[in-house]
Amino acid sequence: MPVALELITVSKSFTMHLQGGLRLPVVEGITFSVRSGECVVLAGRSGIGKSSILKMIFGSYRCDAGQILIGDCTPRTDVATASPRRLLALRKTTIGYVSQFLRAVPRVPAIDVVAEPLLGSGCSREDSRARAADLLHRLNIPESLRSVPPATFSGGEQQRVNIARGFLPDLPVLLLDEPTASLDAENCAVVTGLIAEKKKRGTAIVAVVHDDTIRGRIADSVVDLAQFATAA
Amino acid sequence: MTDTLQEEPLLIAEGLSKSYGRQLGCRDVSFELYEGEAMAVVGESGSGKTTLLNLLSTQIAPTAGRVLYRMRDGVTRDLAALGEAECRLLARTDWGFVHQDPAMGLRMGVSAGANVGERLMAVGWRHYGRIRGSATNWLHRVEIDPARIDDMPVTYSGGMRQRLQVARNLVTQPRLMLMDEPTGGLDVSVQARLLDLLRGLTADLELSVVLVTHDLAVARLLSHRIMVMRDGEVIEAGLTDQVLDDPQEPYTQLLVASILPP
Amino acid sequence: MNAPVYNFAYLDEQTKRMIRRAILKAVAIPGYQVPFASREMPMPYGWGTGGVQVTASILGPDDVLKVIDQGSDDTTNAVSIRNFFIKTAGVRTTTSTGDATVIQTRHRIPEAALGEHQILVFQVPIPEPLRFLEPRETETRRMHALADYGLMHVKLYEDIARHGHIATTYAYPVKVDGRYVMDPSPTPKFDNPKMSNCAALQLFGAGREKRVYAIPPHTGVESLDFEDHPFERYRLDGTCAFCGANDSFLDEVITDDRGGRMFVCSDTDYCETRRSQSGAAETRAGASVPR
Repeated sequence: MPVALELITVSKSFTMHLQGGLRLPVVEGITFSVRSGECVVLAGRSGIGKSSILKMIFGSYRCDAGQILIGDCTPRTDVATASPRRLLALRKTTIGYVSQFLRAVPRVPAIDVVAEPLLGSGCSREDSRARAADLLHRLNIPESLRSVPPATFSGGEQQRVNIARGFLPDLPVLLLDEPTASLDAENCAVVTGLIAEKKKRGTAIVAVVHDDTIRGRIADSVVDLAQFATAA
Repeated sequence: MTDTLQEEPLLIAEGLSKSYGRQLGCRDVSFELYEGEAMAVVGESGSGKTTLLNLLSTQIAPTAGRVLYRMRDGVTRDLAALGEAECRLLARTDWGFVHQDPAMGLRMGVSAGANVGERLMAVGWRHYGRIRGSATNWLHRVEIDPARIDDMPVTYSGGMRQRLQVARNLVTQPRLMLMDEPTGGLDVSVQARLLDLLRGLTADLELSVVLVTHDLAVARLLSHRIMVMRDGEVIEAGLTDQVLDDPQEPYTQLLVASILPP
Repeated sequence: MNAPVYNFAYLDEQTKRMIRRAILKAVAIPGYQVPFASREMPMPYGWGTGGVQVTASILGPDDVLKVIDQGSDDTTNAVSIRNFFIKTAGVRTTTSTGDATVIQTRHRIPEAALGEHQILVFQVPIPEPLRFLEPRETETRRMHALADYGLMHVKLYEDIARHGHIATTYAYPVKVDGRYVMDPSPTPKFDNPKMSNCAALQLFGAGREKRVYAIPPHTGVESLDFEDHPFERYRLDGTCAFCGANDSFLDEVITDDRGGRMFVCSDTDYCETRRSQSGAAETRAGASVPR
């Protein structure tokens, strides 16, 4: 299967100007690749920079050095140096991201939160909502909650809405940050099932997962970030 | 993956500068805005963001630099080279301008329906029934009860006036919306409703937006891209979530750190 | 006794020249308001000084002048202005529309069709049709320059929204030669169609506002309206009590304290001409009509 995503010596640090320019290194020299249909899990202790790597791939974080190459056509797009416009297009067509916490827009009902990315890529409102409803159903979000804004949901419910939103469109690369952290066993199973389906469809997945069992179920390979230990 | 980014930008600012004698309005602002993109310009008072908006809408002329706009026929023109009549027509058909104070963007002395229909009449609509029909439709879209079409804006609440202003601007289906603190001065719940509306409309209509605001939360909600200004200069620019999540410049970090948690 | 000696038609020749130049500009740009240096006249603003200055500038010794006010030759104002020109110009005057070469009018257009040898001079209070919607002169000038007349239709829209029909009954705005929007002066909208393709030259003078504008002969004039609310030439349904005309603009005359009234032609000359043509007509008993 072709390589869908490749990181080459990616490094990042934060410079805290408000704290006198204090420099906090995050990651350094990160190199790995992900093929279509493959799920790579990032492992390492808390704070080592796993979520940061996901954010860099998505373009939410800048990186100081290195390349993040997406796609299989030449030339491949380097997220690290892509223009905002290209990044926006990438997010629409290529990279999906399920963050650790749902950033809920107030007042938008759950079903529309989930359907929104699909709407953005040209699907009709009825269609996107119908597909959103299906996915929410699989994730055991009852119909009564679908027209309610998710701000009042429990952590687990919010996470499931977040997952539905990320899984609904058909994007070649999917980034998952602790997708099962707040879920019970039943819903964990649903999510791992969804991940398996995505892999079958050729989606390249990068995930951050704490739970060893879950990791065992979904990972095709594990990248241990400790091997790229940053300079203290 | 094919390159689908062939199209030309809709709005280009090149080295835009404005000074009032020794007083600097803004200096050397450049950016490209494409169709369907919403860009927030944030900064504190005196940052030059409103000056920038007025330069873009040709309400004031730049001291240096230019504003280029891609017309409906596909040709990109320097706005300074357009005649006054052409500019006025553009302002009425291709652009919208939402003022912070709705009274500045509305005719308070004529009915809501006339306010929404005015632009249509200005571009030659001559059928009362159709004008009224379009006005009714737009009032509905901005969540104003169409039964109030004949009421004067003075009878409307602040939030309703602001939504009326939005409807008045959208009726000729502009491609570019310029907004100056559209939610300023509104109650929190009213603000939320207006933001939802703006969010939905800009997505549905694929509008390009330049939104001036001091409120980073509004920027995060409504814009894809952001430009941070201070003392007339652009400090940092990029994707909204990137600039707000991973601010690079000291001033940006200061702004982000100053947001009160909800 | 020192009787005052007036220059012909009161104004000095240089002033007449200045006004004629303004008139020429106005004729060259139909419907466009040309500013002019309006003079202090021996009657106050609001009494027809604009019309008087235009008439004074175009009058020649061989002209025959008719002056009407609300269609009548006999009201105080019409009489005063006619006497003014008799005194200062010594021209022949008439009440007959057909015999006049210059007709000065306040707020009405004569019923009889005018000819190419005639000039109609209107007295105008507020020349700017957009004034009540846009008080800024700077803005209205720009609107005219850019043919930016959406606001004019906003006013008509408001009428329909509020009253179900266009409620303007006089000073009804028109578009001249497809370009400038003009206020025809407070003539009833019944008279609007007469301005279009008229064989006579129509001149409009506003003394207080210092503007002159014109409709050249045989120029198209359309009243503004909507496709689904077309312009209607409103007129009372009735005939003149004196001459029986059913096609002239009628005035309502109160005849007693008990609600008695009758309708008569506003244009007194038209009415008298019809009556003399059809033989003597009897006036209804008890009516007192100013003669």
